[in-house]
Amino acid sequence: MLSVPLPAYQQMIAHCLEGLPEEACGLLGGDPAAGRVVTCYPARNAAASATLYTVDPKDHLLADRDAERAGGALIGVFHSHTHTDAYPSATDVAQAPDPDWHYVLVSLRDIRPVVRSYRIVDGSVTEEPVVLRSR
Amino acid sequence: MSVTVHLPTVLRSHAGGAKQVTVDGSTVGEALSALTLRYPGIDGQVVDAEGSLHRFVNVYVNDDDVRYLSSLETPVREGDEISILPAVAGGAIGAATARVR
Repeated sequence: MLSVPLPAYQQMIAHCLEGLPEEACGLLGGDPAAGRVVTCYPARNAAASATLYTVDPKDHLLADRDAERAGGALIGVFHSHTHTDAYPSATDVAQAPDPDWHYVLVSLRDIRPVVRSYRIVDGSVTEEPVVLRSR
Repeated sequence: MSVTVHLPTVLRSHAGGAKQVTVDGSTVGEALSALTLRYPGIDGQVVDAEGSLHRFVNVYVNDDDVRYLSSLETPVREGDEISILPAVAGGAIGAATARVR
């Protein structure tokens, strides 16, 4: 399960919409043991592409430091799919770096964004519920 | 030259759970070699078999990505901080071929 506070959820969707027509991406910081997001870190898409994303390495470093300073860690990454479902692509699965991370997909295919979260372990993808909390 | 190396979560299990490790070296490459010597499980995960920085890893000295400096030859000074982070990438290409359990 991934628990997301409403402000981070809104920030994530806003960042994805602002990134159109390209894919947008960012990192999620919080409590790894509880799957609890505390902070959303919007990042630049270094790939600057509608079909690929690369979290800007410098944005990644700064987010990592901030999350550790807050007593937590980076626990996942989000990115948008501009014209496809909120499912991980083969590229997403092949390049998933951390089996402990939560991989959040934001599909902007339809007028209402669809947010889903997955665990990716050794190439195997499992969806998990996303639970919103007020703060 | 004593420097601190910050490890990403995926490598910590190879280093007894340590988040950071202090090693000696005068370049990034030397510091990473010292790290691998101490924790052999890290071998091949940061520097590839050809001795180059692994494609899917980013390494920083303090705030700077070493790919924009001199990569593994980048000199380090006493007290510098080296950070290792996995490259985070993906995208919608191949969307139809991933299977969800």
